[in-house]
Amino acid sequence: MKIAVASGKGGTGKTTLSINLTNYISGMEDFPAAILADLDVEEPNSGLFIDGETIFKEEKYKYIPEWDSEKCTNCGLCDRVCNFNALLKMGKTVMVLPELCHSCYACSELCPAAALPMKPQRMGGLKEIQAPGFRFIESRLDIGQEQAVPLIAQSIEHIEKKYENKELVVIDSPPGTSCPVIEVAKNSDFIILVTEPTPFGLHDLSLAVDTMREINRDFAVVINRWGIGNDEVVKYCDDNNIEIIARLPNMRRIAEIYSEGKLIYPEVPEFKAELYKIAVFLKKKLEGTV
Amino acid sequence: MKIVLTAKGEDWDAQIDPRFGRADFLFMYDEEKDEFKTIDNTDIQNAAHGAGPQTAKKLFELAPDVLITGNGPGGNAAAVIEKANLSVFTGAQNMTLKEAYSAYKDGKLTAF
Repeated sequence: MKIAVASGKGGTGKTTLSINLTNYISGMEDFPAAILADLDVEEPNSGLFIDGETIFKEEKYKYIPEWDSEKCTNCGLCDRVCNFNALLKMGKTVMVLPELCHSCYACSELCPAAALPMKPQRMGGLKEIQAPGFRFIESRLDIGQEQAVPLIAQSIEHIEKKYENKELVVIDSPPGTSCPVIEVAKNSDFIILVTEPTPFGLHDLSLAVDTMREINRDFAVVINRWGIGNDEVVKYCDDNNIEIIARLPNMRRIAEIYSEGKLIYPEVPEFKAELYKIAVFLKKKLEGTV
Repeated sequence: MKIVLTAKGEDWDAQIDPRFGRADFLFMYDEEKDEFKTIDNTDIQNAAHGAGPQTAKKLFELAPDVLITGNGPGGNAAAVIEKANLSVFTGAQNMTLKEAYSAYKDGKLTAF
């Protein structure tokens, strides 16, 4: 089962929750083995909290067309079929813009002269680290690469092939409501939306909720920094029948522990009590009783 | 010399459109003939991806010697423009086309 930890707003505590939750459940009895996957590939940071041995490493490639001027008959079909304007027929040449290419293969497959073979281009890497108690997977996009989705898709494929869905995979997701988080969410069984009880938090939470409903995902909310702001997030969740599974307290001590790169729940009982609520909720999800 | 300006309107008193890829119009002035024509680029608002290269392609078909714009083309558009072998001048935002043209003539714009 894959649980995505997502949010509309960035900086609400996705990584804080992901790393603490994974550590916490990996120590619980009668829970499946836990895996933490950081698929916020543009800026993965869960690894900052993990100490372990790298046991697997792989380069990741995407495929983009390469124009063969010898074979090209200048028909311009590639330019017309590309949905992303990644191919331009300019006079007698065809220009490929790799940053815009979504590796859909349309130009390559439809080219009547086979003048656009797909060629591999490195986009990033994936590694697995054995942390105490659980496996950690991190995918990282190379600097200069503009598209997160192909790497996220390949990373999810890697997880699905290797782990057969017996484990509980916690995915630290990209922020926002655009393609990267959708790629994670549509491949996850359940989504935890982390927010904060402020007007800004509410605004972005409502966008994230709309996104999850649009793609038909099952989700619930965790409120972080509980104690600041106002009651609007709670009211919104009540009005929209959204379950709030936990309220992580706003405490200066938590920020201090985080800044030291350490786990929060071993030192903050109030935080641990909320993680317990999430674990109980996930247990019920696994058993199919909620 | 043929000079293209990214424009918000279709005459000399129109404002420069500071955006290259999503410019509303391409205004082309032919100095020898003292004639101008405009190319409507407003359909580019519908393009979610690759507005810059698409506009650059239209520019390529016009085959001008000089482009005058505001902020300057982004990376993808710049790669396409490079093929077109023309000089690009930026910094004409907040000017009318007339003002931008004289600023170019007076050497007051930035070469891209």
